[in-house]
Amino acid sequence: MNAPLIAARRLAIRLDGREVLRDVDFEIRAGEIVTVVGPNGSGKSTLLKALIGAVRPSAGRVARAPGLRIGYVPQKLAIDASLPMTVGRFLSLPRRVAPDAIASALDKAGVPDLAQRQMKDLSGGQFQRVLLARALMDAPQLLMLDEPTQGLDQPGSAAFYQRIEEVRREMGCAVLMVSHDLHVVMAASDRVLCINGHVCCEGTPERVADAPEYRALFGSGTKGTLALYRHQHTHDHDHDHDHDHHHHHHEAH
Amino acid sequence: MLDDFLVRAALAGVGVALAAAPLGCFVVWRRMAYFGEATAHAAVLGVALALALQAPMLPMILLAALAMATAVSALTGRGYGADTVLGVLAHSALALGLIAVALLTDTRLDLMAFLFGDILAVSRTDLAITWGGALAVLALTAWRWQALLMATLNPDLARSAGIDPKREEFVLTLALAAVVAVAIKVVGVLLIAALLVIPAAAARPLVRTPEAMAVAAGLIGIAAALGGLWGAFEFDAPAGPSIVCAATLVFVVTTLLGALRR
Repeated sequence: MNAPLIAARRLAIRLDGREVLRDVDFEIRAGEIVTVVGPNGSGKSTLLKALIGAVRPSAGRVARAPGLRIGYVPQKLAIDASLPMTVGRFLSLPRRVAPDAIASALDKAGVPDLAQRQMKDLSGGQFQRVLLARALMDAPQLLMLDEPTQGLDQPGSAAFYQRIEEVRREMGCAVLMVSHDLHVVMAASDRVLCINGHVCCEGTPERVADAPEYRALFGSGTKGTLALYRHQHTHDHDHDHDHDHHHHHHEAH
Repeated sequence: MLDDFLVRAALAGVGVALAAAPLGCFVVWRRMAYFGEATAHAAVLGVALALALQAPMLPMILLAALAMATAVSALTGRGYGADTVLGVLAHSALALGLIAVALLTDTRLDLMAFLFGDILAVSRTDLAITWGGALAVLALTAWRWQALLMATLNPDLARSAGIDPKREEFVLTLALAAVVAVAIKVVGVLLIAALLVIPAAAARPLVRTPEAMAVAAGLIGIAAALGGLWGAFEFDAPAGPSIVCAATLVFVVTTLLGALRR
């Protein structure tokens, strides 16, 4: 098998004297979609930041493939109203790029024609798409998204995830995504990592959803999320590890 | 031509306006207005230090400004809000600096010049320092422009692009200290923050990109410097405050224009 794009070994992170993550082993390989789930404050975002090198580990290490191109979509991006910024200019950071490269990235993200708009005038959904377009500018090998559908409604989130899958298919990049709504994400993921200060459980979406650790974390909502997950799953795609589930969906519809 | 004190004053005003414009934009975007104020107040300490050590002003002012920036970042996030930390440090530095300057010099005139500027007394040497500093600050901000913008937008986004936001923050602090140092003669420490913030704020309603805002702020700053000097001459008003008032006038006009366009 090919070498991992990013690998963390026995990773531990302390923030302000508090241990946020401990003993995390993680790796992601080319083309994989991996979703990280866990309750608030479980260290999901911190893990992503450690992987891009924004947070220094207190123990363990993170190894990135040499020359790895990462497209990062941050959790929150509040652009101060005093900062005038067209979408096109935003995509021209930190490197100046040609207008057609901007147009093509916006196109891939599913929002053509936005280049001349002001960032502050965008809707929540448009803003997330523009962040996605930005992350796609450099033809990333690994796309990292931190709760990218926060603040979007259900159809908006579903459409966004669908777009991510299409991007993965077109560009072949790996996707590492932090989410708190397991039900929508699971459909698209090859692998789910459930963390709560440490890795609770890991595996295919089905395995994690059935794992007692996951049920303990997400409690009685599990039934609802599973139902939704199955509904979502009928829309796509090319998993081959869950034939009986597929079968189930077709009946459900 | 440089023999005319008004020409020298105008050139000094234009130089400061040029350096303050792009930096002032970052001050506005990053909500650092009070940080600019604190840096300016720290400059009084720098002046006192220079008098005490009989050292040149400029490096001492830079030193004091950097010490202020270090103290601010060390204290912020330790149970105090940033505004409280800035309030404590800025006013302490000003008070301490005023006492030190008063104890170290016998003339009150010097002090007034530092507080309110003395643009009509700009010498050829002052002019050389002002333009040297202004061009250095302009070159620094132009060189780091893209990275500074990234760090301003979002620190994590900057890091993922291989930019260290802490380093860019340091670049801004350094540039801010330099602008304060060269602007003291023109408007004085009490009004330097105004020269940073007001032209940038006045430019905001007119523009759609960061670059346009920096250019517009520069033009507004130059217009304010020249218009303020003219007003000071015409109405026999103090020059530094007149420049700030001229900038405020432009701010009022562009804000009204912006409101009308909506």
